[in-house]
Parts: sequence; structure tokens; C-alpha cells
Amino acid sequence: MSGGAGGDWPLWEVFVRAKAGLSHRHVGSVHAPDAELALRHARDTYTRRGEGVSLWVVPSAEIVASDPDEAGPLFEPAQDKIYRHPTFYDIPDEVKHI
Amino acid sequence: MASLPPIDVPKGATGAGAFDAPTAGEADAARFDYLLRLGDDALILGQRLGEWCGHAPALEVDLSLTNVALDLVGQATHLLGAAGDADQLAFHRDVLDFRNCLLVEQPNGDFGRTIARQLLFSTWQHLLYQRLADSSDTFLREIAAKAVKEVAYHREIASEWTVRLGDGTDESAQRMRVGLDWCWRFVPELFEVDELLEGLIARGIAADPRAFEDEYRSAIGTVLADAKLEVPAEQRPILGGRRGHHSEHLGHLLAAMQFLPRTYPDAKW
Amino acid sequence: MYTTELGKSATVKSLEDPKLLEAFEARVAADEFIEPKDWMPEAYRRTLVRQVSQHAHSEIVGMLPEGNWISRAPSLRRKAILLAKVQDEAGHGLYLYCAAETLGTSRDEMIEALHSGKAKYSTIFNYPTLTWADIGAIGWLVDGAAIMNQVPLQRTSYGPYARAMVRVCKEESFHQRQGYEIMIAMAGGTPEQKRMAQDALNRWWWPSLMMFGPPDEDSPNTAQSMRWRIKRDTNDELRQKFVDITVPQADFIDLKVPDADLKWNEAKNNGAGGYDFGEVDWEEFYAVVRGEGPVAKERMAARRAAWDDGAWVREAAVAHEEKRRARAAA
Repeated sequence: MSGGAGGDWPLWEVFVRAKAGLSHRHVGSVHAPDAELALRHARDTYTRRGEGVSLWVVPSAEIVASDPDEAGPLFEPAQDKIYRHPTFYDIPDEVKHI
Repeated sequence: MASLPPIDVPKGATGAGAFDAPTAGEADAARFDYLLRLGDDALILGQRLGEWCGHAPALEVDLSLTNVALDLVGQATHLLGAAGDADQLAFHRDVLDFRNCLLVEQPNGDFGRTIARQLLFSTWQHLLYQRLADSSDTFLREIAAKAVKEVAYHREIASEWTVRLGDGTDESAQRMRVGLDWCWRFVPELFEVDELLEGLIARGIAADPRAFEDEYRSAIGTVLADAKLEVPAEQRPILGGRRGHHSEHLGHLLAAMQFLPRTYPDAKW
Repeated sequence: MYTTELGKSATVKSLEDPKLLEAFEARVAADEFIEPKDWMPEAYRRTLVRQVSQHAHSEIVGMLPEGNWISRAPSLRRKAILLAKVQDEAGHGLYLYCAAETLGTSRDEMIEALHSGKAKYSTIFNYPTLTWADIGAIGWLVDGAAIMNQVPLQRTSYGPYARAMVRVCKEESFHQRQGYEIMIAMAGGTPEQKRMAQDALNRWWWPSLMMFGPPDEDSPNTAQSMRWRIKRDTNDELRQKFVDITVPQADFIDLKVPDADLKWNEAKNNGAGGYDFGEVDWEEFYAVVRGEGPVAKERMAARRAAWDDGAWVREAAVAHEEKRRARAAA
């Protein structure tokens, strides 16, 4: 077993919450052998300039992603359902609070 | 336990070196010395950790070690700055005037020895700064309150790596054992209380390390147990750092660190 | 970042569906981003793996010339700044390795390629740092050149690469400033300091110009790279821009650029004016690309040692996690 194969650390995706009230956002990845060190590495890599108050790390292999080839069937049908948007509806200006 | 015999001061000499406290009066001199002890601990360990930059076992580990180094250099800058001119103190004292403990000046060795040194030092430094937050000295109270968070992180990282190396492979366990064995003789110095420190403790300025020695040993014992490692057998304590009697390593470290300011004394950088 | 790999043939004889190819080129031309798992031409994937991994290797190897002076930084402030800068470079390498991995390679594979000599890194890091002034010169000139290459890459077509570059550019802005600050202090300091500063400029000037790659006439794949938004300006355009920006900075601190042919030319840049400058020693450039740079062996030896000596640490961490899982499952 080479130093590589035996010592290959899995990849983790890192999400940072910049401050209370905001959502976590994906900022990149780190390698780590386990969850505890993944948090440490994420903290040392992505928050050196005070970028966050909370960190999530997820093994990259655990991310379930939509298939880009299916982007059409998944996302296009929503585009012509314009009646889901308030601007579709014509209410006279004199009517208040609606 | 005694270190080397005291230096014979020639007749007529004041016994004071160029870097003794500028104001007369024992009280200030003692505080000055204490600031140097704490500041030099941070400076020398920061210098050692900086040597890993670009050479760590993984990029992420490089970042971790450098973060610790940066925290320590920052602490040193504040502590030495409170004692006098931080750069003057860092770059123009010779070994007899350095006050760091022997543990921090030990060469990095392999990653096992580096982690052993970090575990033993940061656990102590964490407990010390927790107590310094109650110091009667305003400056020490403030710096302790800030530094304790950094040092808590150093202690955690060192503990986590100790466990992974101790309870990893046979090779890593052996290297961890060897590293701990190297450093163990320097632990008693962390709890040494000389006359100077007694005085500062009595004045409420310094924290008494004897008060947290049991907690320290228990904490180290717990981490080593998690790491499936045995606590090293007691060794004869090696002392002297607090009095300027260092190991052979400090001279070499300072020769590199101080080269530029000493060679170009008029230069500003 | 100039990559020597762009010179290599990036056209693949493939049976790729022309409709997919057309759709891909249209997306890229429309300034859209290609994300991992999107269909992409094999040539594009290969070019990107080479470019992104070479960029990552450059950051990591780039830690060494500056790391050489951490222990000897002449003040506490300079020591902290240099530690932070070199640490940023490790982080940049990390972002870029992770971006390259999304294209179907692994960090281990990329590192193996670097250590075996198969993969390249920026030629500039094969030069030695001889005095503290070199640290100033590197920040000023090398980071300056890197910034010029990197700013356009923030809109490069491959999403993970573009996002990594946004982070890199944000962090890079202090790198150049700290370097120039060192040059200001030294060029305006004692006679010995001034001598070191001029000497550093003498040694780092031409290698910095080489960072922009071979002349345009020797860069056959420029058109394709520009279409794929991997490049926005040509090598010569960037080199000219760098000279025009940097010469006044040297003048400001009273240092002389080591080029006897350097001359202001009013007609240049469509009448805006610019500098005529001497010919780069292309023989030296290609020799360094081939791996014959002054400290190429030292750089590779250091990286190999760090990786090989650290293998037991990485393995221990993996072994520990396996033990932990086994205990949890039991």
C-alpha cells in the first residue's frame, strides 16, 4: 500500500454561516481523515479572516446532486408557471393592502 | 532541583545586564521578568512552529500549524511589548537573558515530537491563562482573556492529533511514545516556583502553577488514555530556562532568528 | 496563471457529438459557467486539469522560497506577515487542488505527477531567495504578475476554478502590498539595504517577465484558451501591461530596472504611451520549463520529503478513523 492509497483522506464540502440570521453558504472543500479534523481544517482554511460564526462539513460523497442532463425536465417546467408570481395578477391601484 | 550553578558576578559589576528592568525597585523587575517568561515561551514556540511551513504532512496540517504559530507570535508581540520594545527584546538578547521554558525550544523532530511538545505546553498554557484572567495586573488580565481562546484551540488540536497518532498505526504510536519521552523531562519546569514567582503570586499578579498541577496531570492522563498511550515514567527534571540556562538548541535558534537585526543594527525593516 | 501546458496539443481526436460540442461552446460564449458533472469536451477537461493542477502546484512550491525566510524575518511584524502570506499560499493550493478534483482526478494523483516531474509549476519558483530583499521583490513583482494573470480568471468558464480564483484574488491583494512595502523600506534605508534591494530587483525582474509565458508567436493554443475563457489577454499583452505598470513603481523608490533597452515610447498602446523593453532570454525560459532552473532540484526534494516523511501521519489518521468506526459499529 503506497503512502498515497493508505493515507488518502476523503474530500469534504464546507459551508459557512457568515453571521447569525444568514444561511450557510458553500465555500469550497478540504481533505480530512475524519469529521472532527474536517471541522478544524475547514476553520483554518476558510475562516482566517473572520468570515463566519458557524461551519458545516459534509463528506463530498454524501452530497446527492441533481443530474445536469435532467436540468431540463427538473427546472424548465417551473419557468412558465408564471401565475405563481404576484406580478401576474392585475389589481386596480385604488385597492390598498393587497 | 538545581540547574547549573549560578554565574559568578565579577567584583564591582552591578549584576544587572543590559536588559534588566530600566526602573529600580524589585517589584518592577519581577513583573518584567514574568512578562519575558510568558513572552519568550510564545516567541520561541512560534519560531519552532514556523519551521514547519511548507513541510507539513498535508496542506491542511500546514495551515493548522501556521495558525498556531501566528497566534503565538501575536502573543509574544503583546507580552514583550508590555515589557519594553518587543523587537529590541526579541532580536538583541543573548541566551542568558531569555526566559522561556526548555520545552518550547526543543527541536521539532518529527510530527510526533512536535505534537507531544504542543500537547504538553498548550495544556499548561491554557490552564495558566484561565487563571491569569483573575490577575491583579490589568494588562495580564486583558491579554489572558483574549489569548485563552486561542490557546484552547491549540490544546484541542494537539489533543486530537495525539489521539490519532497514539491510536493510529504501530508506527505512529511508537513515534508518539518517543516524542513524549523526549519532552517529559521538561514538564516539571512548567510547575517550578522560584523566589521571583512566589513574590508575584503573593501580589496576585502571577498565577500559581502548583494550584493546577493536578488538573494538568489528570488532563494529560486522559488524552494519553484516549490515545492508548501510557503516561511516560517519571524522569529527572531538567530546569534552568527561567534563569537563562537553556539547552544547546536555543543558541542555534537565536543565531538564525536574530541574524539580520544584529548584523544591520541601524536598519529599519 | 500562465501554464506551460497550454502549449501542448489540446485537440483530441474524438467522436464527440457535434451537437453537444456546439451547445457547450454556445454556453461558454454566452459567459455561462460550466459546473462539475456538466458535459464537456475531453480536450477542455484535460486542459483544465493540467492548468488548474499546475496552478495549485505553483502555490505549494511557491511556499518554499518565501518559507526560507520565516525564521529570519527581521521584526516580529514582518515575521507575522510572512507567516500569514505563506499560509495563504497553502490555502490557495488547497482551493485549486479541490477545484481540479471535481474534474475527475485526485490529490494523490496530482501530487504524484508533480513529484515525478510529469506536472509543471510556474518557472519563477525555481529561483533562490538570497536576501531579505528577495521577499520584497517576490511580493512586488511575482505576486504582481500573478495578480494580472488571476484577475481575469475570476470569470473563467469552469465554475469551481472561477470561484477559487475569486477567493484567491481577495486574499492576494495584501501580498503585493506587503512586498512593495518591504522594498520601500529597504530602498530608502541604509546603504546595505539599498544594495540588497537593487540586487533583488536585478535578479527577479527577468524571471518575472517570463511568468507571462512564451511570446505570442510561440503560443499556438491561445485562441482556443481565449474562447474557453481560460485566457483573456495574450502573453505579450500582459507582459507589456506589467512592464508599463511596474517601471514607475521602481522609479518611485529610486531603483533601476536591469534592462538597458528600457525606453518610454509615446506611440505605444495606441498613442497612450508605454515602454519598449529588451528581449527576454527565451533559452533560459525553456531550460527552466524543462526543469533545469537554479533550485529546481531543491524545490522538488523539499516537496517530496514533506510528502514522503508525512505518509505515516496521514496513514495514522486514516487508521484511527477506521478503528473508531469499527468500535462504533460493534
